[in-house]
Amino acid sequence: MSFLKQNVQQTERIGGRGDELDLGLEPELEQALDAFRLSVHALSEAAYSRPRTVTVLTHRRVWRQAAGWALGCVLTAGIVSTGFYEQHQRQVAAQRAAQQAEQNRLAAQQMREQQMREEDELLAKVDSDVAREVPSAMEPLAQLVAEDESE
Amino acid sequence: MAAGTVLEAMTMETAQAVAAEEFAQIVQSHRPQIFRFLLASTRDVDLAETLTQECFLKAHRNWSSFRGESSAMTWLMRIAINLQKDHWRNRRMQFWRLTQTNAVDLDEASEWLPGGESSAEQQMLAKEQVEHVWKAVKGLSERQRTVFLLRFVEERDLSEIAQATGLSEGTVKAHLSRALARVRTELGGRR
Repeated sequence: MSFLKQNVQQTERIGGRGDELDLGLEPELEQALDAFRLSVHALSEAAYSRPRTVTVLTHRRVWRQAAGWALGCVLTAGIVSTGFYEQHQRQVAAQRAAQQAEQNRLAAQQMREQQMREEDELLAKVDSDVAREVPSAMEPLAQLVAEDESE
Repeated sequence: MAAGTVLEAMTMETAQAVAAEEFAQIVQSHRPQIFRFLLASTRDVDLAETLTQECFLKAHRNWSSFRGESSAMTWLMRIAINLQKDHWRNRRMQFWRLTQTNAVDLDEASEWLPGGESSAEQQMLAKEQVEHVWKAVKGLSERQRTVFLLRFVEERDLSEIAQATGLSEGTVKAHLSRALARVRTELGGRR
């Protein structure tokens, strides 16, 4: 029996199944589906009756499983250590920020003290200047008094 | 009283022996079909064998609860489909594993054609068609693929597919229609 004849017979068999499914298959698609079915049947038959190589497969699977576990462990360790590293980095950054804030606060305080000192010095200077100015304003009167006494 | 107990025990033993024999016959007659369906679904010989074993193990454990509401084949197919689903679900979690252990690639799968008396040209054409159908099947969703394979490889009718997959007949039709559209597109691209 030729391959095509076999296909036609198979198609008729499927078409004549009598269920309510009408998929409207065109001949080329039907032919392709028949070829596919025959191919799967042949492949399955060959695979079903092939000799088994259990030992080799078991050995290979053990290695694969071990490699899988190792990779899984490495990934888990990586994720955990990344988490710890991130946490540590955050703590360091927080400490640095606190130190910086403390330094800024001290600098501002020093600046305030410096300003107060400068203001005090300025006031003191103004006071001393005013104190010196007042006697000199009386100087002409003092001269007059001196001239009168000499005459 | 004692004679009755002995008789009861003997009847139970006989029933168990009959059930075991029945199950052995079921295994012998349906195992190649279950294996074929799983092989077509997974394209992995080792995996198909493992799942077939698991399927019959599960069936054996639950053989007493099989009430014959559907055919044994449909019942077994349902177990196989569920096992396959579980397998893919577990596999998604085991992302580091190789995708397939003893996979059959598309070229290799398409090589399998019954020779017969067909000419070399016909063989080439059939091989090409099969390759395109495999490609289309590979691109289908899990459910579409299951429905498609049950219909066009296992030649099950709608009600059997619906029973085996737990879907309604309407949903099965919709999945089949979408799967066929994909196969058509794949075959159309060949021209």
